Amino acid sequence: MKARVTVTLKTGILDPQGKAIEGALRSLGVDGVASVRQGKVFDVEIETADPKKAEALLNEAADKLLANTVIENYRVEVLG
Amino acid sequence: MKAAVLVFPGINRERDMARTLRLVSGKEPAMVWHADHELPAGTDLVVVPGGFSYGDYLRCGAIAARSPIMNAVRSFAAKGGLVLGVCNGFQILCESGLLPGVLMRNENLRFICRDVFLKVERSDLPFTRGYNAGQVIRVPVAHGEGNYIADGETIARLEGEGRVVFRYASPDGMIDPNWNHNGAINAIAGIVNEGGNVLGMMPHPENHVEAIVGNTDGRGLFAGLAEALEKAA
Repeated sequence: MKARVTVTLKTGILDPQGKAIEGALRSLGVDGVASVRQGKVFDVEIETADPKKAEALLNEAADKLLANTVIENYRVEVLG
Repeated sequence: MKAAVLVFPGINRERDMARTLRLVSGKEPAMVWHADHELPAGTDLVVVPGGFSYGDYLRCGAIAARSPIMNAVRSFAAKGGLVLGVCNGFQILCESGLLPGVLMRNENLRFICRDVFLKVERSDLPFTRGYNAGQVIRVPVAHGEGNYIADGETIARLEGEGRVVFRYASPDGMIDPNWNHNGAINAIAGIVNEGGNVLGMMPHPENHVEAIVGNTDGRGLFAGLAEALEKAA
């Protein structure tokens, strides 16, 4: 089954890349953007068909490798 | 000194490090492949060198930190073994949980490659016995992600326990935002673990050990380590 892990920076962690993107949008004339935070998306294919097992596996993957929980939060979604 | 220099795919400073260890200690270090499960018998110093392990994919040092050899390094460190991580090596030690905190993208978003000045905060560690506390040394940096950060509690503990070993400073040892080139919190350039046996630092002391490059300020770190290990042996 297909799944997605989204990793985002925790609130309060400075995101210089997001800031640079924010500035670039402004200079392109894309108005109305208050702020940008950059994150990561992992599209993962999972062998099991059991959504509970899939979720547990994704949490393990995120905790062990995909996210650095000192500075990042993650969200897992089983897409079916 | 029986040093082991770890080699990961994408690491490119391992030979500088090996050359320095050889020059300063007179002993040839072992080069240890990341897929190995054990350190050579009798290893008394593990060095995690700089470079771009796994092309900095995912996060700097993240994948190298999960390689088989790091389990051996973790148990070596737990027994009090000396571990030195430089640049990408520092990032790998943070990612592996041997040191707290994270190295974030430099505040100015640029890759910084130049000499910096470091204030040596303490001289009572095997890594710093070759210096005096408060001494300023000049060493190069070359990194895009050296902006050290950790949660407030961790920073307070590091400071309270005197675990900040090197800080970016002015040539006369003043801690000043103008000399904190990457924006690291409290100008932190290097820290040790609770036991004082694992040191991570962004700058490259191994590149300032020979008079021919114009500066030998990095030599003290390796000479001190060699001395400490000789005494222990």
